[in-house]
Amino acid sequence: MMGPRYLRVLGLFWGTALAAELEYRANFVIAALTSLGGLAGSLFGLFLFYRTGYQFQGWSWEQALLVLGLFTLLQGFSATVLIPNLNKIVTQVQQGTLDFVLLKPISSQFWLSTRTVSPWGLPDVIFGLVVIGYGGHRLNLDWSNYLLALPSLIFGAISLYSLWFMLGATSIWFVKIYNVTEVLRGLLEAGRFPVVAYPVGYRIFFTFVIPVAFLTTVPAEAMLGQARLVWLLSSGLLAGILLLASHHFWRFALRFYTSASS
Amino acid sequence: MLSVYYAYMVEYRAELLFWVLSGTFPLILMGLWAEAAQSGQFSLDPRELVQYFLAVFLVRQFTVVWVIWEFEREVVEGKLSPYLLQPIDPVWRHFFSHVAERFARLPFALVLIGVFLLLYPQAAWFPKPANLLLAAVAIGMAFALRFLMQYTFALMAFWTERATALEQFWFLLYTFLSGMVAPLALFPETVRAIVLWTPFPYLIYFPASLLVNRPDHVAQGFLAMALWGGLFFAVNRWLWRQGLRQYSGMGA
Repeated sequence: MMGPRYLRVLGLFWGTALAAELEYRANFVIAALTSLGGLAGSLFGLFLFYRTGYQFQGWSWEQALLVLGLFTLLQGFSATVLIPNLNKIVTQVQQGTLDFVLLKPISSQFWLSTRTVSPWGLPDVIFGLVVIGYGGHRLNLDWSNYLLALPSLIFGAISLYSLWFMLGATSIWFVKIYNVTEVLRGLLEAGRFPVVAYPVGYRIFFTFVIPVAFLTTVPAEAMLGQARLVWLLSSGLLAGILLLASHHFWRFALRFYTSASS
Repeated sequence: MLSVYYAYMVEYRAELLFWVLSGTFPLILMGLWAEAAQSGQFSLDPRELVQYFLAVFLVRQFTVVWVIWEFEREVVEGKLSPYLLQPIDPVWRHFFSHVAERFARLPFALVLIGVFLLLYPQAAWFPKPANLLLAAVAIGMAFALRFLMQYTFALMAFWTERATALEQFWFLLYTFLSGMVAPLALFPETVRAIVLWTPFPYLIYFPASLLVNRPDHVAQGFLAMALWGGLFFAVNRWLWRQGLRQYSGMGA
């Protein structure tokens, strides 16, 4: 499905989007400061738990840092690719310009998910990598560890994307849904901490209802070489199911869109 | 004016539900702290922490402010001009729509608190009448202060296109220093001493601790809110006058 034609279109989309955003360079400085502040705050929040000698069951300070780093990384990924595009779906439904997208000779899901990219998430990506690097260095992790984490991290990113996209697709029914994305963003905050840090009820919710555990905890475990195979497999399975679901959900939603407008 | 905005808000019930749900951050931290306090050495026990975070959630629901996004759009799109011709200050429109929204979202928030009390039945509590009264006043003031601060940043929209960036930075400080991530009692001594000089703890921690019957320096809290309010009010009015000059200078 991702033929060379799609890659070329992708290059075109992102080139123009970056050129437009980079006109506001001062904003980039502000974005970097904000994300540095956010990181300092997250570290402070984590420190409050660890400063009295308590630790999340089985997670040392450095190991918890890995989770936080992965969270920051995914946050940057959402801010760069997911949020700008999905906010656009909402405006397009509102203004009726979605019709033009549907007429284009490429998959409308692809168009809507990749149309734009925003550099404001890059500082988060960089700081996330720095935190992972620091934690990994303290834990003497080497390249094989990072490589081990890569598949589950990619699966996590795919799951995250699919969830966002399905939420965005609901804008076909509820026209004003900026807030829906806020709900998801709020719940994803839970990914800052390893999932064992939560009470049982929360753990079940964050594993099976909103799969936050698969976004940060599972990749971190993989990085530490502690992940059980079943978790890695389920993370891949979950990503596949969610991606497929997002595709079908979009097609389903579109049926309602056409019947509403024509 | 209030009833008009109330009717308007009730129309968007589905949307409101989502806004309520988006304030779940304190509830997430509640889970973390309740779990942590079961085995760790912290100065508060799990029951107190659950109560505290439920109170934080409630305070947060009452003090959510978004005026800057609306105001910025009005300035950038030039929609502010017709409102300036009306005989009342345009801020009141925003203010009352916020206030009305509070009442419209309250039922959802209470239901969510109910759900969590089912999860932690031993945490159920009632604020003492005196504390409840003080907390109500504190929440009202916290909302007013938060609104005033954000509206002050919003006025920067007269000069810059992205005033919201300022607010986002401020919001970070608010998130981590207001007591939303942990009660101030769990902060290191020096950090707490510094934080008490900022306006943030009075926006969340102070009203929330009144609600859970653990009042902390009540008079000082109200005084701090009044002082910060006065400061921001002065800056706000000054920016408003300068901003209008700038705005008409742009030819609108």
